[in-house]
Amino acid sequence: MFRFIVRRLLQLIPTLFGLSLLLFIWVRRLPGGPEDAILGERATPEMRAAIRRSMGLDEPILVQYGRFVQRLLRLDLGTSSSTKRPVVEEFLERFPGTVELTITALVIAIGIGIPLGYLAARRRGRLIDHLSVGGSLVGICVPIFFLAYVLKAIFSENLGWFPSSGRQDPTIDATRITNFFVLDGLMTREWDAVADALWHLVLPGIALASIPLAIIVRITRASVLEVLNEDFVRTAEAKGLTERTVRGRHVLRNSLLPVVTSIGLLTGGLLSGAVLTETVFAFTGIGAFIYEAIGQRDYPVLLGFIMIISVVYVLVNLLVDLSYSLIDPRVRVR
Amino acid sequence: MALLDVNDLSVTFARRGQRTVHAVDGVSFSVDAGEVVGLVGESGCGKSVTSMAIMGLLPRRPGTRIGGTAVFDGTDLLGLDDRARRDIRGRDVAMIFQDPLSSLNPVIPIGLQVTEVLARHRGMTGDTARKEAVGLLDRVGIPDPNRRLKEYPHQLSGGMRQRALIAMAVACRPRLLIADEPTTALDVTIQAQILELLKELVQESGTALVMITHDLGVVAGMCDSINVLYAGRVVETARRRPLFRTPRHPYTAGLLGSVPRLDSGRGEPLNPIPGSVRDVLSWPEGCAFAPRCSRRLDACLDETPPLVRTHDGRSYRCVDPVPLPGVVPAQAGQPGTPSPERNEEETRD
Repeated sequence: MFRFIVRRLLQLIPTLFGLSLLLFIWVRRLPGGPEDAILGERATPEMRAAIRRSMGLDEPILVQYGRFVQRLLRLDLGTSSSTKRPVVEEFLERFPGTVELTITALVIAIGIGIPLGYLAARRRGRLIDHLSVGGSLVGICVPIFFLAYVLKAIFSENLGWFPSSGRQDPTIDATRITNFFVLDGLMTREWDAVADALWHLVLPGIALASIPLAIIVRITRASVLEVLNEDFVRTAEAKGLTERTVRGRHVLRNSLLPVVTSIGLLTGGLLSGAVLTETVFAFTGIGAFIYEAIGQRDYPVLLGFIMIISVVYVLVNLLVDLSYSLIDPRVRVR
Repeated sequence: MALLDVNDLSVTFARRGQRTVHAVDGVSFSVDAGEVVGLVGESGCGKSVTSMAIMGLLPRRPGTRIGGTAVFDGTDLLGLDDRARRDIRGRDVAMIFQDPLSSLNPVIPIGLQVTEVLARHRGMTGDTARKEAVGLLDRVGIPDPNRRLKEYPHQLSGGMRQRALIAMAVACRPRLLIADEPTTALDVTIQAQILELLKELVQESGTALVMITHDLGVVAGMCDSINVLYAGRVVETARRRPLFRTPRHPYTAGLLGSVPRLDSGRGEPLNPIPGSVRDVLSWPEGCAFAPRCSRRLDACLDETPPLVRTHDGRSYRCVDPVPLPGVVPAQAGQPGTPSPERNEEETRD
């Protein structure tokens, strides 16, 4: 087990190298550069060249890359060309919000998706089945930003049940430690801050959860239907076990394997896909920042973001593999 | 009274837009306490569906109809509600299946798969259950049972898996054990071991055994009495010896004749029954076996052949049975006339 984890973490290194080199070159091939964003249309070629020189962009691309790697080894992602602040600092401020939102969405998607998919399979062909299958189709088709606006209009602007924007009410004087607002609140025992932060997460969490929820419902349903026909379920029935034991011990656990895999794949998408939701709910996450960075050709920010997302993605899938081996003894890791 | 009395059991599967399938079409047989009874037939003859219906394991779908009765120790198993059925299953009536690998849950250790039966029916938990499980695994010939308890099905060999399944089935000392092709998926050498084990277990505990198989070798080695099934009906019932010595139904005779013999000459052709199980007539139209039968008469296509019971406890469903040696065969073309065989009395089923 330990060796497996170490090996997977070591695999991360060449992955990150390859990815960063590829993107380093690719991002610089985009038309325009940070100097255009800074100087605007009327800049003279001399001014552009001066800016490029000051940013080190006039050097050969491999030299630039070498510098990037050197800094990366010291966990320094450089300075943002648009905000002039260290990229790491910007991320530490914004990334926690996105992570909190992603976790909320995952909790909603898993917490509702697995039971609903299971129920749909058990009541195959009945109303609940049709509703959840049809509903999941809608969930996949409705664009997130549309759903986000609808949720916001109904539940915060009309009914006033939930806050419409932000991560926390500014009137709450919460202590910041990690910038994970919920975690900070728990650590400092400021329960009102915890409740308020959670309250702010509900609507964006639901909006972001819609697609993964739909996918999890469908995968769970298909998987349960398949397992119900397995021979070992018949054996369990032949033993005279109660329905509860048969379902809980024999059906559900075997059905979870494909669901767990899909959760790993969905998590990466959620982290980078939170942009629209964050925008609608004016939620201070990484999304809007990255969106701006693209417009500003903010190379350090873009690269840093991609590096972090890759690391998270690899770690999440490592977790998935580990939990897979907990569920299924046949894939015990070595 | 018999321990299990199956009477006129029928199972039909109806699906919209498709022909209704009569998988089991009026099967009757009985099993006495401690007796080993064989249900024999080709794939698709309804033998597995029969056992699943008795156990109440057929998937409950609209369109599946089960008729008749299966009286076990005074209770009709087919009429029980789900709860009562679950109480009997695994405790009084247990079952062993064909493919031991797929019949075991791959993600649960063998130990729990044994102890869960003990917990359900004998209220054993914790260390008591574990000890009992060790004893059971040991009893079915699994070496080092303490270690095996913690292992998963994929870590066991095919024979071990089937032994483990048998251990689960006999855990509550059932009075009736149904074995559905228990050796089909195993090597020949392992087959013999498993059959030997089953034989020992039923003999020493007095458990009755219903052996479902297509393998006449299995039947010859184990069964006290045998029911031959064809297209969802019993076509012949007899004790083991008479059946093998003098099969009466042409289908039984064909089955016996198609077994390759070691002492037959090299290059001698095999004797399969012509056609396949799909070439059946539906029973109401005549004898389902008629399209493949070498002794077919015109009368075979007129109506369902009645079940003929002979005084020595045999019965068969044929208008022109294979004659007993030394007896003048019935005249061809005169079905329905009293049989010239003196020792038979005909009763219509």
